[in-house]
This record gives sequence, structure tokens and C-alpha cells, in this order.
Amino acid sequence: MTDISRSHLDHLENHSIFIFREAYHAFKNIAMPWSMGKDSNVLIWLASKAFFGRVPFPVLHIDTTYEFPEMLEFREWATAHYKLNLIVKVNEDARARGIGYETHDPVTVTHELKTVALQQVLAEYKWDALITGIRRDEDPTRAKERYFSPRNAQFEWDYKDQPPEFWGQFATTSAEGEHVRVQPLLDWTEVDIWRYIQRENIPIPKMYFARKGKRYRSLGCSPITKPVLSNAATIDDIIAELEITRTSERAGRDQDHHERNAMQKLRAKGFL
Amino acid sequence: MADPKSAVRNPHLKIVFVGHVDHGKSTLIGRILRDTNSLPEGKLDQVERACAAEGMEFEWAFLLDALLEEQKQNITIDTTQIPFRTPGREYVIIDAPGHKEFLKNMITGAASADSAVLVIAANEGVLEQSRRHAYLLSLFGIQQFCVVVNKMDLVDFSEARFREIEREYRKFLGMLGLEPRLFIPVSARLGENIVNRSEKMAWHKGGTVLQAFDQLIPLAPPTQLPLRFCVQDIYKFDERRIIAGRVETGTLKPGDELVFSPANKTSVVNSIERWKANDNSLAIAGDSIGITLREQIFVERGYVGSHQKDAPIETNRFHADLFWIARQPAQLTHLYSARLATQEMKCQIASIEQVIDSASLERTSSNAQQLTRNEVGRVVIYTRAPVVLDNHDRVPNLGRFVLVDNGTIVAGGIVHGGVYTDRATVKSKNIFWSEGKITARARAAQHGHRGAVVWLTGLSGAGKSTIAQALERELFQRAMHPYVLDGDNIRHGLNSNLGFAPQDRVENIRRVSEVAKLMADAGNVVITAFISPYRLDRQRARAIALEGNAEFIEVFVDAPLHVCEERDPKNLYKKARAGEIREFTGIDAPYEAPADPEIVVHTDRQSVTESVATILEQLLPRLRAEPPMKH
Repeated sequence: MTDISRSHLDHLENHSIFIFREAYHAFKNIAMPWSMGKDSNVLIWLASKAFFGRVPFPVLHIDTTYEFPEMLEFREWATAHYKLNLIVKVNEDARARGIGYETHDPVTVTHELKTVALQQVLAEYKWDALITGIRRDEDPTRAKERYFSPRNAQFEWDYKDQPPEFWGQFATTSAEGEHVRVQPLLDWTEVDIWRYIQRENIPIPKMYFARKGKRYRSLGCSPITKPVLSNAATIDDIIAELEITRTSERAGRDQDHHERNAMQKLRAKGFL
Repeated sequence: MADPKSAVRNPHLKIVFVGHVDHGKSTLIGRILRDTNSLPEGKLDQVERACAAEGMEFEWAFLLDALLEEQKQNITIDTTQIPFRTPGREYVIIDAPGHKEFLKNMITGAASADSAVLVIAANEGVLEQSRRHAYLLSLFGIQQFCVVVNKMDLVDFSEARFREIEREYRKFLGMLGLEPRLFIPVSARLGENIVNRSEKMAWHKGGTVLQAFDQLIPLAPPTQLPLRFCVQDIYKFDERRIIAGRVETGTLKPGDELVFSPANKTSVVNSIERWKANDNSLAIAGDSIGITLREQIFVERGYVGSHQKDAPIETNRFHADLFWIARQPAQLTHLYSARLATQEMKCQIASIEQVIDSASLERTSSNAQQLTRNEVGRVVIYTRAPVVLDNHDRVPNLGRFVLVDNGTIVAGGIVHGGVYTDRATVKSKNIFWSEGKITARARAAQHGHRGAVVWLTGLSGAGKSTIAQALERELFQRAMHPYVLDGDNIRHGLNSNLGFAPQDRVENIRRVSEVAKLMADAGNVVITAFISPYRLDRQRARAIALEGNAEFIEVFVDAPLHVCEERDPKNLYKKARAGEIREFTGIDAPYEAPADPEIVVHTDRQSVTESVATILEQLLPRLRAEPPMKH
């Protein structure tokens, strides 16, 4: 007798695949930002599941020029491995104006090198939807997100008037200049991501694993991303660690904590 | 301690919390999170410090209010979903706001919940929203309810007051056909009966809120219901033609014979396709899969695969309970889009039979003209094209739909009272909507499709006429407006003065092109079946069609000469070989094959059904009145 029960991870996987396919049908001109982080790589994996072994749209890396060298190595390897159509974008203008962590606060730099860079590349390619890897459990503002979340031409997120979303029916239109953020990982938690990486054997950068008593729990720009104290050298160790920890995942990400409600402000302005 | 494996194994239970404004819903959630150690480290301190800095008194609700506005205005703006766990199980709490936009926000989280917690303040008792929320949740199909009577500290933990509320609310829920599992008296602010039993309310024997949660049962995947496989898309990334979709209900395995509605075509499942999956022998409710079929029939997004003995209803008129979400009221004359599973079609609210007051459950006025925000109406819906559905009480997934206006969901609806035996007798009804000036666009909107010229070209005996007629039937069955132009109906009338001399042949095709243009401009799908051997003639036909703003689709009906000659249905090849007919295409006159036709069918390798399926697959998307779900 074939097993007819489904686990929590099966539910998450099935629903994410459903969302990918709805997005691909509704928006022909779409792209998927890819940070090479763990969630991003789960996205690539789920896209491959949705589209039977391929990612049928471009994958976008917003390169802040403050990337960890190991992440860039991983980028090259994975691009070839998954046969990705990779687009790399740098906000050259902001770098030319001297915007950088050496001289500016993290909220400003993140806004310029990530959000503005995204605006620039979006204006160039005119994508009408972006597939993102955000999760509800990462941050209180993300807990209010929708699977299909419209952004206006200024990239603003109108969290006070979000479209209703139920029974697998989503906001699938975007007007000129607008785009829709499609968020297939919204229901996943940090530990779900790790359990899925383990179950599926998904390649991820080595920086997540402890070296000399430290590991990265969340990866961003090198100057403002701090490792956490940890001896978790395997996925099993990481899962065990997450089962008992009560510190937040993004605690090592400076831009979130620069000021009160920093994340809300960043996100209302278009940050993923 | 929890077995970590059990969390991987078991689906998480989703509980939506609703209640009248100020009845303490957020306080209850905040307390549950704290008392189960689910808050991030330092979060409580951080909120307490923030409150002190702003000169505000600490509120548990602030733990949940993520946004600056929410903290300042002290209201929850939008639905929040928060994971938490007990030793027994993992949960997701859905916190739905109770203010005026509650329906829009509540349904977003609540529609997928396994169960609901209704919060009622002991001092205020059952209020309008307490009733309205329960009614709407029952409409969404939620079956399991817990009622938490909060703020017991404000009524001196009085058992009499608790019983009074319980009696009143049970009576109301009974009218909805709901039986709440438990009523629990609590004080969320003081933590009484949340995680720990209250000594102040020793009279309560029913357990705590957390114990109640652990008794709730997660919704099982509906594998016992009839199969409904809803097609999302057709992928041809490689040599496989994969029909991608989700098994909404039931189960599916290779070898099953499926009937696809609304076309009513059957084929056998050849394989289940999943990338990097161990077991492709069975797909069950909830699975996102692909399938391949043994016989290539036409299938597109929106089609529903089922087993023959348990097929869904196919209709263009049905009854529904409609709950209205948008600020703009529902209008009887307005054209909406209905979306049901992956189907989308134009529709109209034909009549509003009753408006139901969701707080009193009183049914008001027959034949209302409109439905306003947060109202529920019993309505009749007419759809432009056939819709495949089920009664909600039989197959919920195919018994619910949304109405969309300008890309925004304006209403949700529950189907009821459909008749399953009706299926074979459904005919398309003529329903007219006023659309103003008669433009090509308006015609397309009324016809449900655009006008077009489908130009079949190929050798005599290649199968043009047979395919043209089969294609015409297929389109006609879809309530479209096809018409075939061929030698039979052109040569004997319009072109009866033309012979077979070269200049007459050119004129023949020119007239056919002009007639096709006019008919396409009138909104028809014109299918022409002429050898039309010269590239130049076909190019002119295309130019003429384009002048008339009609889409032109060239279909190369391809079969090798020897195959056509063997078929020779009208003995024309024999006559040509014998010299009885001169300048016969393929024998002593050239056939210029299309260089870049929109569609090619190979009738030496494809059956008529397969050829028509190939054409439909590429033709139907081009005929849509407007691109689906695009602005």
C-alpha cells in the first residue's frame, strides 16, 4: 500500500509549487532575486520542482560589492549547476558617489545598494513580478505579508490596504510601472528551511556551518553581518540549535536594528 | 519534550482568532505566546521599554503590533500569522483584525484555518461582531470552534455570568449548525486558564485554552472525496507535454481514465511527473504534480480532470451565497470575472434573491438591487462560458469562487443547489450585456472571444476539410462562433463565375480572403479550407485580414504527396495522373509550402483528434477576448 499521508514539509512544498506555477502563468515577464543564501537556494530548488528541472525565468543577484567571496564562488558554481539565466546588478552610480559602509549608516547603504539597485534593474527589464524568498517568521512586518503582494511604481508597500487573498486566488495584475512580489516561502519557518535542505540535500554555502565556534545564521553584506556563537557543524546540529534558541534569526543583521522600526521603514520603501 | 520528528511529520494546526474590538483578542494571543515561551528573547523587555519611552501603559497587544501605526493607534491593521508550539504540536496563530475592514482581512487568513477561537469579553457579552464573525467563519467552511470568554476578572470570576454568555452564544451558533467544542472562562491579562488552571475559577472543569488547542484536529487532506485535478498550465520544456496542476481532492494514479471538463474528452494517465521524487505511483489531495496522457487530447488551464463516475457539474448558471468585500457595492448589470480553482470567465450577478444580515441572520427583502460591503447575499450567477463546479457541501474546493473586478477580488462565494444529473443537457444560453458602442472589443466581449481567420493550407487529400469541420465543432461546443469556408459553399455561389484558369484561382482566393475578413470583423472565427498553393496568395490573405483587424493564423496541414495520393478521397489524383485534370497541385502544378506558419499538423502521423488538439492548443489563447489575468 502506498503511503497516502503527507508531512508538514510536503504541505509547504506543494503549496510553494502551486504559487510558482500561478505566478508563471499570470506574469510572463518575471525574475527571481537570488542572494545565494539558504532561503534563496530553497527557492531555486522549488522552482525546479515546479517546472520539472529548470528555472524558466532570469535569476537576479543584486551585488552590493560587499559580498563575501565564498558567496560569489557559490554563485558561479550554482549558476552552472542549475543552468541559470543569471543577471548581476550593481548600483554603480551610488558606488561612484561614494556610498558605502565605510562612510554611511547601514540603513542608507542597504537602501542605496539593494533597494535602489533593484529599482534600477526593474526599470531596465520591466519585470511585472518578482519572486522573493521572504518568510513570515523573519520579522513582524513580514508576518503581515501576502503571497502576492503588489508594489506601486515608487516601490511602496501599502500594508494598510492589502488585497484580500484566499482559496488560492491572488492579486495577479500589475499596472504600468507596478510589480507584484510573489512570496512562495511565506509560510516556512527557519527550521522548516533547514529540515527541507536536509531532506532534499540542497546545496548551500558552507558559511552556515560553524568554524572555530562561530557560524552565520543569516547572510548579508560582509561589513554588517555578524556570525553567531555556535558549534553547529552539520544540518542536524543546526536544527537542534534552532529547537532551543530564542534569539531572532536576523539578530546579526545590523540594518534591522539601526533604529526603532528600521525594518518597517526599509520595507515600506521597497526593501525585500 | 516534543519529539522533533513529530513536528516534521504532522501538519501544523492553523487557528484563527476573532472577536469584537476590545474584547481582548491580542491580549490573549500575547499571553499565550509568553506563557508557552514562544517570544523571541528580550522581546517582552523591549516592548516594555518602548512603552515607557513613549509614555504609554504596557499592553500585551503591543507584542503583536508590528507596525508603528498599529502601536500608536492601538489597533491591528492587517492579519498577522505567528507560529508557536506546545509540547504536543506546532501551531500557527492567525490574528485577524476586528474593525470595519474585517471581512477583507479576516478571510485572508481565516479561509485556510483548521479551527477558530472566538473571543468574547465577559463584561460586554455577545455583541454584533461576535455573531457576524461566527457566521462568516461558518460560511468559509470552518467547522471547529472554541469560545474563550475573556476578562472574567471584570465580572468577579462569576460562573453565573459565564453560563449566561455560554447559553446565549450556543443558541446563536446552533442556528448556524455549529457546535463549539469548548467554552473556556479566562482572564488573558492575568493568565487565568490560559496555560495554567485558574484557582479563582475552580468551578470550571473544562480545562485550559492550551488543553483545548491540543484537542483540535487538523484538517485531513480530502482524499476520500471525488478526484478533482485542476490544470494550472501546460509545459513543453522538453519532449514531454506535461499537464501541471494540483490534485484538489481525491487521488490519482497512472492508468486512471480521466474525463476533462468542460470539453468532456477522456484520456488515460500515462505518468505522474515530479522532479526528484521517489514515488510517482500515486498523487493525493494537496499534491502539486504534472501528468502526461496516453492520447494527446486538448487540455488547457482551467480544465478539471475527474473520474468518469464522479464528474463535477458543468453549467453557466448557479446559486451561491456571496459575501461582498469591496467598498464599491455589487451591481447587477456589471460584468465581473469569476475565478473558481484555475478557471476564469466573465460573469454577471443575474439576481440577488436575499440579503442576509450576518449578525441577526435575518433575511431581508427579495430581489435586492445591490449588495454592500460586509453583506452576504443569496444570488444567481450567470457565466459567459461553461464553468465546472461542485456544490460546496460535496466538494468544497470546487464549490467556492471569487469575483474579480479590475484585477481585485471583490467578493467570495459558496456554490449550492447545483444538480449533478444536469450535465448532459446544459446548453449555452444567450445572455446579453450592454457594452455601449459596438467596437471589435465590444463584440469580442459579447462573444467571449475575438474574431479571427484560421487559414488551412495543404495538398488535396491532406485533410483540410475534415480538420476544418472537426475544429468548427470543437469551437462551437465551447459556445464560440466558428464558420467554415470551403469549396462547397464558395464555389457554388459567390465564385460561381470563376473557373480554374490561373487568374481565376487568384481571384477565387482573393474573394475568399475578403469574405473571411468581413466575417472575422463581425466576430466570427472563420476557418478556410482551400489548397491555396501560392505563398503570395496567402500573404495577401494575411494582409487583408490584418486590414480588418482580424487575427490571421496560418495552419499548414502537412502530409507527403504519396500519402495524399493514396487517400485520394475524390479520385482527383487518378484523374490528374490520367491527364483528365490539368494543372493539379502536386502533380503538374507546384505547392509552395508555408515558410513560417503559425501552426503545423502532420496528418500522416497525427489522427484528426490529435491534429485538432494541436490547433486548439495554439489557437484558443489567441482568441481570448482579453489576455487572461493581465491588465
